[in-house]
Amino acid sequence: MNKIKAINDFVILFANINGSGSASANNLFAKAVFRLGIPVSAKNIFPSNIQGLPTWFEVRVSEKGYLGRREGYDFVVATNGQTIVKDYNELATGGYFFYDSSRRLPDHLQRDDITIIGIPLTNICNENYTDPRLRQIFKNIIYVGALAYLFEMDFSVFEDSIKSQFAKKAKLIEPNINALRLGYDYAQKYFTDACALNIHRRDLNGDKIMIEGNTATGLGAVFAGVTVAGWYPITPSTSVIESFEKYCRQYRVDEATGKNKFAIVQAEDELAAIGIVIGAAWNGARSFTATSGPGVSLMGEFLGLAYFAEIPVFLVDIQRSGPSTGMPTRTQQSDVLAAAYASHGDTKHVLLFPATPKECFDMTVIGMDLAERLQTPVMLMSDLDLGMNTHLCEKIEFDDHHIYDRGKVLDYEALEAKQERWGRYLDVDDDGIPYRTIPGAHPEKGAFFTRGSSHDEYAAYTEDGKIYAKGMQRLLKKFDTAKTLVPEAEIHKVKDNNKLGIIYYGTSTYAGHEADDLLQEQGIHLDEMRIKAFPFGKEVEEFMQSHETIFVIEQNRDAQMKTLLVNEFQLDPKDLIPVLNIDGMPITAQYIADEINNHINPSQGKSKKFEVIS
Amino acid sequence: MSYIKSTFRHPSAKVNSLGFAKTAYEGALSTLCAGCGHDSISAAIIQSFFEMNIEPHKIAKISGIGCSSKTPTYFLGKAHGFNSVHGRMPSVSTGANMANKDLQYIGISGDGDTASIGMGQFAHVVRRNLNMIYIVMNNGCYGLTKGQDSATADIGSAGKKGVENQFAAIDLCQLALQLGAGYVARSFSGDKKQLIPLIKGAIEHKGFAFIDVISPCVTFNNVPTSTKGYEYVRDHLDATGTIDFVPERQELKIIHPEGTSKEVKLHDGSKLILKKNTHDYDLSSKREAMGIIETVREQKKILTGLIYLHEDPQDTHKKINSVDKPLNSLSQGEVCPGNAVLDALNEGFR
Repeated sequence: MNKIKAINDFVILFANINGSGSASANNLFAKAVFRLGIPVSAKNIFPSNIQGLPTWFEVRVSEKGYLGRREGYDFVVATNGQTIVKDYNELATGGYFFYDSSRRLPDHLQRDDITIIGIPLTNICNENYTDPRLRQIFKNIIYVGALAYLFEMDFSVFEDSIKSQFAKKAKLIEPNINALRLGYDYAQKYFTDACALNIHRRDLNGDKIMIEGNTATGLGAVFAGVTVAGWYPITPSTSVIESFEKYCRQYRVDEATGKNKFAIVQAEDELAAIGIVIGAAWNGARSFTATSGPGVSLMGEFLGLAYFAEIPVFLVDIQRSGPSTGMPTRTQQSDVLAAAYASHGDTKHVLLFPATPKECFDMTVIGMDLAERLQTPVMLMSDLDLGMNTHLCEKIEFDDHHIYDRGKVLDYEALEAKQERWGRYLDVDDDGIPYRTIPGAHPEKGAFFTRGSSHDEYAAYTEDGKIYAKGMQRLLKKFDTAKTLVPEAEIHKVKDNNKLGIIYYGTSTYAGHEADDLLQEQGIHLDEMRIKAFPFGKEVEEFMQSHETIFVIEQNRDAQMKTLLVNEFQLDPKDLIPVLNIDGMPITAQYIADEINNHINPSQGKSKKFEVIS
Repeated sequence: MSYIKSTFRHPSAKVNSLGFAKTAYEGALSTLCAGCGHDSISAAIIQSFFEMNIEPHKIAKISGIGCSSKTPTYFLGKAHGFNSVHGRMPSVSTGANMANKDLQYIGISGDGDTASIGMGQFAHVVRRNLNMIYIVMNNGCYGLTKGQDSATADIGSAGKKGVENQFAAIDLCQLALQLGAGYVARSFSGDKKQLIPLIKGAIEHKGFAFIDVISPCVTFNNVPTSTKGYEYVRDHLDATGTIDFVPERQELKIIHPEGTSKEVKLHDGSKLILKKNTHDYDLSSKREAMGIIETVREQKKILTGLIYLHEDPQDTHKKINSVDKPLNSLSQGEVCPGNAVLDALNEGFR
């Protein structure tokens, strides 16, 4: 049998039961890889459930720095009897099957192409602990200890991790290290040299960090000066607000009075959540909400109001698999169209597409500025993969010279100085953006009636079709202005006059980059463009015009970004080749490379896309 | 009807203590039907804020959709207004209030806007004890879509089309009581003498103040068969008592005979003087207030006046412990932690 041999380049699958404490043990393992200086990505594949159902945790160790999901498991840690057969069968040829040998493996599991590593986790626990709760928790820690030996990992990293994790609960340090040691020693005694997968120290992570996108987004909202949050709990967005609250409690409590410089209102539903955001923004506070697809649907009517009445809204959409309730704990990029054109009537909204937690932070700061500058809804299109998984990324920084752009607001002094008549919806600067006032600003000037019904330049109700149409056209002009303000697409041209291009955005970026490398090895050279925002800037248009065949990588069924591009630039849809993944798992580089290869060299093989769809 | 509203007033017209004439509290000309009860409520709002000496620009008026929700255009022209989305005035008001606790918030809604499409938002804004005045202009029908029954129409009541309503009516005052509103009143658009002191009391009340105002729809629901028409309402009113509002500064001028009147002190020292008629009960008892509404309903009458008053000092801001300064006035320096804190934070993610 050929065992898989690899150093710092393989995938481990942890198969657990949710609610059993496995998550912290698995994170301990992933963090150890990170601390050993090797790029690592961890993906939690969890059920919509609190306790008792299967949950998986994939860890990809990649010295080359590939952070996207990779298909196939080289090593499986099987602790869940419910899924053991599936986990066993899915292990790659030459791989390693690690299981709790306190119970025998089912007789029909008879693969001879894999290495079995049976460690009696339950028995070890029963021998060492009497408290049932400790038996459960330390079972997880023991397998981490065993892995440390099997992968030849520097044990001191784990000790240090435990010490820092329990810095405030010192009495837990020793028992945890002991549990690690139990696993390590057992593996050393019975499985010497069983495993040819190794994790050896490198120094590739610099000052990078590992953080969840939602944590970074919530932190970004604190730094962006958000003071009002209206929200309704929905997976996978809830942790955005939790993070916002956590950091508000850390940085926004007035020292003298103990009072909060923030207001977080848990609303009765998403309609109220966005209503709260709109009310607060109208009244001059920076406000935001976080939700997911179903919430965006519910917020539709209000988003149209914010668009038409021109109220700054910052909305974080952590996309999950739709439609309807869909797969609420699986990822997708399937709200692109729903968000871009949310609400009835003619509407268009500004979208931002972060690819890393660092960008979640940065784009929340930028997004809040854009919302106020443009007086319109701005949506941060994150997703479950980015939001709820820990990602390796650049450290978070805030430029202290960055002054919030509060947009065109006339305060008391400006109103006082104003000679000519002010019109709330008057385009005085020829950029489509009018000046607004905040309630209570001035005793005599600047009051107006905000409404979602048609209004003239002075905010008065009108049913004059020409005046209405003029206002709608001005909103388009404002959208043109937005094109010059949103983050530019990242473009990387690999050779001159290249007619082949690839487009990706958000969490398809990781796999997209890696796919480019795979394709390069096969002689296929693609110019790359990563879209960071909608509306699309000039650079996006130029890229579209200068390439004949462009692959658009997305994690939805209907090629939503492609539709948006075709629609906005009046392109021939045939020039854009969608590469789509909709199984709720993060898209992989191999899949993208295969799809593109098959398209360019159709004789070589059948597209896998159809297998996915069937 | 003239479409230009004259702003001319006699030079000797009364001004309030801020030096404002009543015109400063007026709005644009109403486009509602002639005789609409809502216009009387707008007039009462104007009168109340004028007499209460509130700076007009320190008021925010927020509404949903419907005939009632149009009215904020017709009063307080110097105040910012927000005609939002059908049934969603409570959430917009909540957000606005969170942003700036220092303005006076008046929410205008209708029976369709509150008792049907906005039922959820109404319930929750009451629960939050948001510091605002919430007025429902209640005519038992959908005026703007030509007279369909609303959820406050009584069983057996028939509007212009002559079809009797078969569905149970929602009593918004009872609902507000049940959900914890601290100030609950009902009035009639035709009873300015009662409505104005009720609005003044609501202005002074710290927390959620609810006033359900029966306001007949002259076009679609003002027929003898309707229980929300002028005729029926006038014939069936049963007030909890007469009511006067006495500001803190003002000395009591109206002296009621001993035993028949009751003072209710508001948080700032001003008082509501209630002269009781047959209904003498503890205004701060939710149970008794609920009971009296039921009792009067059984008598086929409409209870008006101040029904319940129990100030809960824990308004939304208190509940969430926000700073005294309005959140919308905090500077970047006050809300942005700055890059310095990020070193330690990043270290925690390594």
